[in-house]
Amino acid sequence: MHGAGRSELRAEAVRLAPPSNEDELALSVEGVSHSYGQRRALDDVSLAVPRGGFTALLGLNGAGKTTLFSLITRLFDTRRGRISVQGFDVSRKPSAALAELGVVFQARTLDLDITVRDNLLYHAALHGMGGRRARTRAAAVLQEVGLAERARDKARQLSGGQMRRVEIARALIHEPSVLVLDEPTVGLDVASKAAIVEQVRNLSRTNGVAVLWATHLLDEIEPDDHVVVLHLGKVLAAAQMSEIVASTGAADLRSAFRALTGTAAPAAEAEEGGA
Amino acid sequence: MSASVTRAGSDTAFGTVGRARHGLTLGGYAICMRGILWREGLRFVHQRGRFLSALVRPLVWLVIFAAGWRQVLGVSIMPPYHVYILYSTYVVPGLLAMIQFFYGMQSSLSLVYDREMGNMRVLLVSPFPRWFLLVSRLIASTVISVIQCYAFLAIAWLWGVDLPDYGWITVLPALLLSGFMLSAMGMVLSSCVRQLENFAGVMNFVIFPLFFASSALYPLWQVQQSSPLLYQVCLLNPFTYAVELIRFCLYSTFNPTALAVVLGCLVVFTAAAILAYDPARGLMARRQRAET
Repeated sequence: MHGAGRSELRAEAVRLAPPSNEDELALSVEGVSHSYGQRRALDDVSLAVPRGGFTALLGLNGAGKTTLFSLITRLFDTRRGRISVQGFDVSRKPSAALAELGVVFQARTLDLDITVRDNLLYHAALHGMGGRRARTRAAAVLQEVGLAERARDKARQLSGGQMRRVEIARALIHEPSVLVLDEPTVGLDVASKAAIVEQVRNLSRTNGVAVLWATHLLDEIEPDDHVVVLHLGKVLAAAQMSEIVASTGAADLRSAFRALTGTAAPAAEAEEGGA
Repeated sequence: MSASVTRAGSDTAFGTVGRARHGLTLGGYAICMRGILWREGLRFVHQRGRFLSALVRPLVWLVIFAAGWRQVLGVSIMPPYHVYILYSTYVVPGLLAMIQFFYGMQSSLSLVYDREMGNMRVLLVSPFPRWFLLVSRLIASTVISVIQCYAFLAIAWLWGVDLPDYGWITVLPALLLSGFMLSAMGMVLSSCVRQLENFAGVMNFVIFPLFFASSALYPLWQVQQSSPLLYQVCLLNPFTYAVELIRFCLYSTFNPTALAVVLGCLVVFTAAAILAYDPARGLMARRQRAET
């Protein structure tokens, strides 16, 4: 599918997008564009993550996912468009917006020289949480990700999957309303990937944390998930996975992705590396 | 102490989720700064090699270099000294500033490392203002460098260097100010360095010239006699004033020029560091645009 076909689908996708009532949105991205010099990385991107919902941001490497994450987390400044977290504009009220945000970056960001617990306590302090409350939260989130017994180990002693789980625990220690994860399963084995996806889905279901999960792996997406397809800096579709598949007339998401982007999605077994 | 962000929402097994009432409290700021200090301290303790190398470097200068040169370099009576002093006594303030300078650079090196490894992002996505996070980081770096200075002073005293009793206390404000200024300078440099490997260039082109073109190793009047041009360079070098501030305070005297220059440079370097790490205008943002 090319040209006009894609435009029609986008129009359809907008219709299928979640409600735009700001009170119901945990994360809202409206008309955001970003360029690196002459190269446009994001072009008028809009998406919405409802409260307590799980939204997959699907795109190949270079689609603009990491750039979008950098804008959401205010590592870069938003020059065109608006991003808000729980109604707080990231540019105008960064403190309030970032307090609501839990972030798992694509690159490993644990301090390897200190213990797992100290990594969590440091992060808690960066969110103004200290003392007994921080220690209690650290124990609770480590319990939640199944790593309570590794609390006193140095971070470098953990496996890749365990480090990821610690990063997820760390992102949640300050009780954010929105959790954003940038390709969190990159570089992990199949079992670790499945465990992490399941863990985050459970968090979203049972605790009402809204999740924006960036990935280029189709097998991490379930039929009920809200999916945003990002390709070459543009949103091509934003709807429930089953609706995207139906609207393209494809048999499955892989075919739908190919129809939308004109590019084959990477095979689940062959994907390593980042966006 | 309670969290800085107060919330009103529904309690869940995992935490509290819901629309929040936000406000960063003074207690929250204190916790955040303490956390940054604590992490810097932890890293310092865990990297004992850093502590040893930070002490060995000035001790080599004191024990070997100063011993060799004490017969060659005569130091006349000049403020703040009231009597003839040995070269090993003269060189101590310069070596204190050297410890702080190298630690400031080491700290900025770890900033570059943190940036490459991604740890820096964890700091930068904190809800606290970025200027506060960076200033906290500078304070942490300063505190560690002051601890190193006192460890060096103790060893120098054991080695037989004559230091005034009150100097141990009166030098503290000078060490805090010069440590902060040199750490801020390091932070500005770290924002200019793209990769860890490039830091060797910083060592060669920034650290050594600043150190040698100062009053750390020889009095300025001697520099003036041998090279008027180098003397002018030394006068333009902020490191010279950090050394002189420490030297005068170590002898419980006051050097207003040194204090003014150190304070001025402290403000300028800190502002430049904050600007450099600003997501909208700083060098970081410009480099991101250029790199990709």
